Amino acid sequence: MTTSAGRVPQVQMLSPDGVFEVPSEYAHYGKYIEKLTLDDFLKFYRDMARIRRFDNECTALQRQGQMGLWVPAVGQEAAQIGSGYAVGKNDHMFPSYREHGVAITHGIDLMSIIKMMRGVNHGGWNPEETRFHLYAIVLGTQVLHAAGYAMGVNFDGNVGTGDPEVDQAVITYFGDGATAEGDVSEALLFAAVNKSPLVFFCQNNQWAISSPVSAQTVVPLYLRGEGFGVPGIQVDGNDVLACYAVTAKHMDDARNGLGPSLIEALTYRVGAHTTSDDPSKYRPQEETDYWIARDPITRFEKFLRRQGVGDEFFQEVAQAGDDLATQIREATFAMPNPPLENIFKHVYTDPHPLVQEQQAWLENYESSFEEDSK
Amino acid sequence: MTNTAEMSIAKAINAGIQKQMQKDSKVLVFGEDVAELGGVFRVTEGLLAEFGNQKVFNSPIAESGIVGTAIGLAMRGYKPIAEIQFEGFVYPAFDQIVSQLAKLTNRSEGHLSMPVVIRIPYGGGIGAVEHHSESPEAYFAHTPGLRVISPSNPNDAYWMIQQAIESNDPVIFFEPKRRYWLKGTVNLDTPPATMHQAKVLREGTQVTLVSYGPMVVTALQAADLATAEGISLEVIDLRSISPIDFPTILNSVRKTGRLVIASEASTSYSVASEVAARVAELAFYSLEAPVLRVGSFDVPYPPAKLEELFLPDADRILEAVDRSLAY
Repeated sequence: MTTSAGRVPQVQMLSPDGVFEVPSEYAHYGKYIEKLTLDDFLKFYRDMARIRRFDNECTALQRQGQMGLWVPAVGQEAAQIGSGYAVGKNDHMFPSYREHGVAITHGIDLMSIIKMMRGVNHGGWNPEETRFHLYAIVLGTQVLHAAGYAMGVNFDGNVGTGDPEVDQAVITYFGDGATAEGDVSEALLFAAVNKSPLVFFCQNNQWAISSPVSAQTVVPLYLRGEGFGVPGIQVDGNDVLACYAVTAKHMDDARNGLGPSLIEALTYRVGAHTTSDDPSKYRPQEETDYWIARDPITRFEKFLRRQGVGDEFFQEVAQAGDDLATQIREATFAMPNPPLENIFKHVYTDPHPLVQEQQAWLENYESSFEEDSK
Repeated sequence: MTNTAEMSIAKAINAGIQKQMQKDSKVLVFGEDVAELGGVFRVTEGLLAEFGNQKVFNSPIAESGIVGTAIGLAMRGYKPIAEIQFEGFVYPAFDQIVSQLAKLTNRSEGHLSMPVVIRIPYGGGIGAVEHHSESPEAYFAHTPGLRVISPSNPNDAYWMIQQAIESNDPVIFFEPKRRYWLKGTVNLDTPPATMHQAKVLREGTQVTLVSYGPMVVTALQAADLATAEGISLEVIDLRSISPIDFPTILNSVRKTGRLVIASEASTSYSVASEVAARVAELAFYSLEAPVLRVGSFDVPYPPAKLEELFLPDADRILEAVDRSLAY
């Protein structure tokens, strides 16, 4: 079980007891932490705790029938918040469907994720405006979109100018399961041959529904890109500072024209794959307990307390989480169903006769019942 | 005075792409072997020299990657024209086409447009090995979110590829590969129709013959042979496979009362089936005979030495015309 940690070189900066230390061979990553302030650390913690509370509330809302499905990211907060904050204000993110933590680092309205899981729409947020692209449910598909987008960044000359207002990078998120998809391999290849400003961020949460990572690969995933010419590094995915630093460094490299790279964040899916899943059928509780004991939020709390952060802060964060839960609960209950026209409205950008005809038919059909009831 | 030029379908597509690339710097051409070679059918010949390797480039031989990166480039504001080398090679890209390209505008509630053209040479009759002769248009026509068109002559090819590039929606552009070298007059000033209009190519009175793509030439041959026998066929070129211009078909069927639909695709579950169903629904009282489909058989495309038996020809179309008239 869960033992690839320790067998391969892994970037870790926070010990399980919250002691911060950068090994000398990772000094090039460590310098990114030197630029952070206590306020940044508090922001990291707040967002990890916030997304955890949100996540647990969403599972509860799903259980109460308020959502068709929930996809928990519990346990993966450090990988998501750390990497998310390393993404610059001009960069683009191509997530899979479990990146709620990344979403909040770039101001995505959490209700838009609930809206999707409730069945009000299929996503609907504006990827151009948010730079956080739509959730992709078919595994690995978004990785190719990111590769194409990054090709475009190169064509536009937004790489390697040295001007932080001009240079851009792209990051794409996917899981250990998705690495088996051909699209991920093809994206590694396209990014390599085009020397694209693209960071492949693989959250290895060790389970693809019921398949362990050993069913997806026999070689550590951070090595997956090597044969394509995409160098890789493994980071402790439960160490928010290491995740931040490693992502920040590789995004910088991408912006500077050094080409693509792959980050494997080794973490653990503490919860179920989705609310439809039952992990007790395929993995031992001891394994989950092992990882719960290595919880990323607890570890970062230990670090913050070592920095002198006191109870007051943690109580304030807990209260903010409860307030958020109340707020999203109320907003979910109040969320209206979409209108009929949404079935037809955005199938095409330009008008389409068949869609128009069928919308008119359905409107007419539905209105016939209104007349009947008069 | 109208500016015209004589050119083949292949050259007309090339000229249409060239014109759009001159107009719009966001248009990109990529795929397998499209750059120095100009594509295996030379449809993109000369574009690399004129527009450079950031606009015209070879992709790795990975069709899902070609379409997936086309989607990403469209998100970045580009207008990609992706070439799939032969229709039999499109299936690795099927997921990216039907689950991504076709759905992203919908998924984003209109925030994203997908102005992507996927060019696919299709159809048989060239004596090729397996996977080089098929007619998979129904798969794509069945997918909401896509537009599917196919020119049958140089003038349409020149204009329809441009209309496809200008479209804000994804367009699957099926190129009738055995007609690539068919020459005709291209009107360089005025398009013959909008992208989704069908055209009556020959007026007639007794039977409406609907066709599209490579089979249009065959349909016109059938109409000539019928004329010699004193039978008047009205030949319609669909031009657009999805959506289909039903008003043009219905106008004709209401006049002739009879309809035969000819295409190279396997007959069952085909575009022809859709035309038949809709005409039966919308023009039932005008019909003097059952709607008949003339297609190929519901079997894998056979080895080249058998394709003449597999593909409909003018005589097979006329056999159906006779059955319709005899009803």
